[in-house]
Amino acid sequence: MSALGFLDVCIDIALVLLSVAYALLVIRLVLGPSLADRILSLDLITTLGIGLIAMIGVKTGYYLYVDIAIAVGLVGFLATVALARFYAVRAEGDGGKTPEEGP
Amino acid sequence: MIADILAVLSGLLVVIGALFALVGAIGVLRLPDLYTRMHAASKAGTIGSGIILLALAVEAMQVGVITRALAGIVFLLLTAPVSAHLLARAAVTAGLRPWPGTTLDEVTRRQASRITD
Repeated sequence: MSALGFLDVCIDIALVLLSVAYALLVIRLVLGPSLADRILSLDLITTLGIGLIAMIGVKTGYYLYVDIAIAVGLVGFLATVALARFYAVRAEGDGGKTPEEGP
Repeated sequence: MIADILAVLSGLLVVIGALFALVGAIGVLRLPDLYTRMHAASKAGTIGSGIILLALAVEAMQVGVITRALAGIVFLLLTAPVSAHLLARAAVTAGLRPWPGTTLDEVTRRQASRITD
């Protein structure tokens, strides 16, 4: 098998693995149980999105995809920070009267 | 010859990174509470994406691409702990309790000792 054929097979395997990872993360996103779990799941989804975009860059040979991956990482970080701030401020807002139940 | 070696190395790195990502996702689904899930998400997920970016750098072997991929990895390694810490703080503020199997819960202990003092 040639080296490029090996690379294509590896990328196909990795795409299947990433798809399974996305499916598991979406299950956690739907199940919850708390808002923080959903924020965590969304954070990991954007982080894996960086890896997926980089992998598409390897597959197609357009190395400009690395710029898009960095931009997605920036947006994902800001989104997580904003959601975490929202969660903390909302918790302070009701004075901790209704603590969210863990599992 | 060199290009073949680099292509094989890049393929191995892509599969290893995807395995790390899958382990992180399984951890997020299977672990018992938020604080343990954050271990899986912020460590395994970051390493998985970082290794795939490294695979892109190895496969390209151009100075510009390698620099940008390394910048992306450094950015990931800098921002992941910050967002994880913010989220954990927010969860503690919101009163999210760890699961009963936790052996060391310093936040609850500190609040309890504050009440008894």
